[in-house]
Amino acid sequence: MATIVEPTGALMGASIKRQEDGKFLTGRASFTDDIKLVGQTHAVFVRSPHAHARIRGIDAKAALGMPGVHAVLTGEDLKSSGVNPMPVGWLLPDIKIGEKHALAVGTARFVGEAVAVVVADTPALARDAADAVVVDYDVLPAAVEAVDALEPGAPQVHANAPGNVAFSWQIGDKAKTDSAFAGAKKVVRQRLVNQRLIANAIEPRASAAAFNLANGELTLYVTSQNPHVHRLIMGAFILGLPEHKFRVISPDVGGGFGSKIFVYPEECVVAWAAKRLERPVRWTATRSESFTTDAHGRDHVSDAEMAFDADGRIIGLRVKTVANMGSYLSLFAPCVPTYLYGTLLSGQYDIPAIHCEVTGVYTNTTPVDAYRGAGRPEACYLIERMVDIGARALGMDPVDLRRKNLVPAGSFPYQTQVALAYDSGNYEPALDKALEMLDYKKARAAQAAARKDGRLIGIGLSAYIEACGIAPSQVVGSLGAQAGLYESATVRVHPTGKVSVMTGSHSHGQGHDTTFAQLAASELGLGIDDVEIVHGDTGRVQFGMGSYGSRSAAVGGTAIYLAVQKVKDKGKQIAAHLLEASPADMDFADGKFFVKGSPSKAKAWGEVCLAAYLAHNIPANIEPGLETTSFFDPGNFTFPFGTHIAVVEVDPRTGHVELNRYVAVDDVGNVINPMIVDGQLHGGIAQGVGQALWEGATYDSNGQLITGSMINYALPKAENLPSFETARTVTPSPVNPLGVKGAGEAGAIAATAAVANAVVDALSPLGITHVDLPLTPERVWGAIQNAQKRS
Amino acid sequence: MSKVSITVNGRATAHDVEDRTLLVHYLRDTLGLTGTHVGCDTSQCGACTVLLDGRAVKSCTLLAAQADGSSVTTIEGLAKDGVLHAVQAGFHQEHALQCGFCTTGMVMATVDLLSRNPSPNEQQIRHGLEGNLCRCTGYHNIVRGVQHAAHAMGSAPVAAD
Repeated sequence: MATIVEPTGALMGASIKRQEDGKFLTGRASFTDDIKLVGQTHAVFVRSPHAHARIRGIDAKAALGMPGVHAVLTGEDLKSSGVNPMPVGWLLPDIKIGEKHALAVGTARFVGEAVAVVVADTPALARDAADAVVVDYDVLPAAVEAVDALEPGAPQVHANAPGNVAFSWQIGDKAKTDSAFAGAKKVVRQRLVNQRLIANAIEPRASAAAFNLANGELTLYVTSQNPHVHRLIMGAFILGLPEHKFRVISPDVGGGFGSKIFVYPEECVVAWAAKRLERPVRWTATRSESFTTDAHGRDHVSDAEMAFDADGRIIGLRVKTVANMGSYLSLFAPCVPTYLYGTLLSGQYDIPAIHCEVTGVYTNTTPVDAYRGAGRPEACYLIERMVDIGARALGMDPVDLRRKNLVPAGSFPYQTQVALAYDSGNYEPALDKALEMLDYKKARAAQAAARKDGRLIGIGLSAYIEACGIAPSQVVGSLGAQAGLYESATVRVHPTGKVSVMTGSHSHGQGHDTTFAQLAASELGLGIDDVEIVHGDTGRVQFGMGSYGSRSAAVGGTAIYLAVQKVKDKGKQIAAHLLEASPADMDFADGKFFVKGSPSKAKAWGEVCLAAYLAHNIPANIEPGLETTSFFDPGNFTFPFGTHIAVVEVDPRTGHVELNRYVAVDDVGNVINPMIVDGQLHGGIAQGVGQALWEGATYDSNGQLITGSMINYALPKAENLPSFETARTVTPSPVNPLGVKGAGEAGAIAATAAVANAVVDALSPLGITHVDLPLTPERVWGAIQNAQKRS
Repeated sequence: MSKVSITVNGRATAHDVEDRTLLVHYLRDTLGLTGTHVGCDTSQCGACTVLLDGRAVKSCTLLAAQADGSSVTTIEGLAKDGVLHAVQAGFHQEHALQCGFCTTGMVMATVDLLSRNPSPNEQQIRHGLEGNLCRCTGYHNIVRGVQHAAHAMGSAPVAAD
């Protein structure tokens, strides 16, 4: 493991205002849909209105007869032209992969699946022509809910996946766990539903492709969190385009939250059609298309059991989870309910025995993949609900039960029973700080007083673990990943000393133009304006794995740091040569290379940069120029943590939940830019609260998505949320030299459980011990009515 | 086809457009003003918010023909002589934007909000922006950006970066 260095320079740790803001504030950003291609045509997809149907025939005559329509293409056209099925990027033992083509071949398996594409001169004409394509469907029964899909006689989604089982997976020690339960003083059990969610980045997905007949290069603009991953998978596996003739650009991207990691059918079809038709083709999703075709998130049904000894120590956790994968396995879907979920089930607690079984199930619904947190919110929700349920059963304060079971400070790295080893942690100070900010005793007293007046106030805690920057590549490869999980950076120093940093990370709201510039400028003693951050273009950036899993700072930032160190090392050799000193005696600080102990014997940064490029007087053994590349493959994940507390009031007459306070204490390791980290946490919290209270994708029994627009899928609005009260503790990570951990998903991981625990706490005087998510007025009111009927 | 004449950011524009052309498409596709965004198809998200004769409207919900003879201000017309409008500056100062996609509509809605209520409290800000969705910020810093702008509106304009 690398040693920790303290951040240097005034730039690190400072809330520098964002460098990228200007273009967004003045309307001059370039989102994919803003980029016009000369001679462009427009694609509109013909989509299945049925959840499960055989395609008997497609009649495109009327559409093709409309002036301005260039083509109507189907799955058969795609297949016969040699386009391959879409691959799965994480393979588990005995996984059953249902073949997926970018346009359905033979059978459509979810509402919204693309069946054909129309390419025409204008979007409106393409829409009209798509409406004129007649598809003859033979409608089949649909499997919708995962638990039902496992029943004998359920409709079968893929012939090669009997019983609709995509995979079965387990982790932990079953015998040890069973034995812990046999000796338990108290066992609590609960079925927990982690509902299906839709990411809803406000920018809809889009793609635009142009084929250059002069040089045979295809350029694709696409809303991607990882353009090199898109290039590799589309080029090598699906379309057969050589990488050196395929450029993928993800320009400004309007939010991702996981949903823009994956390679989707539409960009494959757009790229293929642009080459086939020899004219630029573009497509932008309507929001309705986003709802049915962006990968969904979560959708678990879990039976959880937690065992306690007589002192309230957790001695065992047993979990059986059914994960709805949807109609096909999306790109990284298999790792989400397995390695990003089961491995996190120890939470912040020292649990001696854990066993978790997961069944991944095919249904006739939109594919499910990573959504902000991806597996970790599911794990956090499960553990934190079970701890609260346990505390109530044991008659303990939920704070006391948590405190008793925390992994003790000083036991890091901590080896869990579910494979992961936590890098560093100090959980109790974060818990205490959150309690202090809330004034827990006072809040409990106020709750007790309000209850006497018949008011339902609840306080809920969530002590969470996040896992960022999944790594190292060798290990993830052995677990099924079909990719490495390092990141690369190239630092190009120009002759005048200005710096371009090419990073494989991708910013779609995270502020890399600022934080990465802070990092590079600080290390080189430059102003932030002297550094340019380049990302999102395979034509300009060497390689990269992109941004997801809160990995950008810990993995991408470290790659930049390491490349900068190489630049400094080369600079020292040149400066030593100019000063007739030994390179070993050289140091670099404040923008100067100098002889240790003789700061007046120095060469300024700019002099050395120019010397490197003039090459009139450099050491014989080094090459001219000043440009270096580093790939950083971390030795482990990093593990941020913290405690969040929600205070709610439930209106007993309506079931409405008001979120009155939200306190969050997070430890994300060292912080490059506190303003940006706080912003990441705010956004994550809002999404986690959204899952707790409002959001949920719902299908009817025929597989129709009945929450298919922003009218009936409730996203958090400004007036639904309070201001958040945030603070930090700092426990640096030993995994990378920056000591950073990651902050992108922490809020979304923690918040759902905190709010859910608060609502159940509010309802507890009525004898209610659990209500499933989302805690809408309808659900909460129903729970209150049922409780009153019982009593 | 019908001819529409709309003053956009102080400039007269006139084009023949298909009758079904929405104002947002007139701005984005006909005039190339791509700062106004389309984030949904049900008038929920507010990314397309512009000022029509000084009042915020969702430009995905109006036909271009309905704006005939009107004056429209888009995000591109808000900064004057290289100086950010106080709302733009407030959003920058308070980190009220992340991905930036909802931002242009959020800024235009805020301009309208502050024109009607120059010193709103937090609840009034939150209620006033209920027609605009942001998925990145949790609205926390948007509220602060609006407050920053409200404070600055009476004083001298803030210099652009």
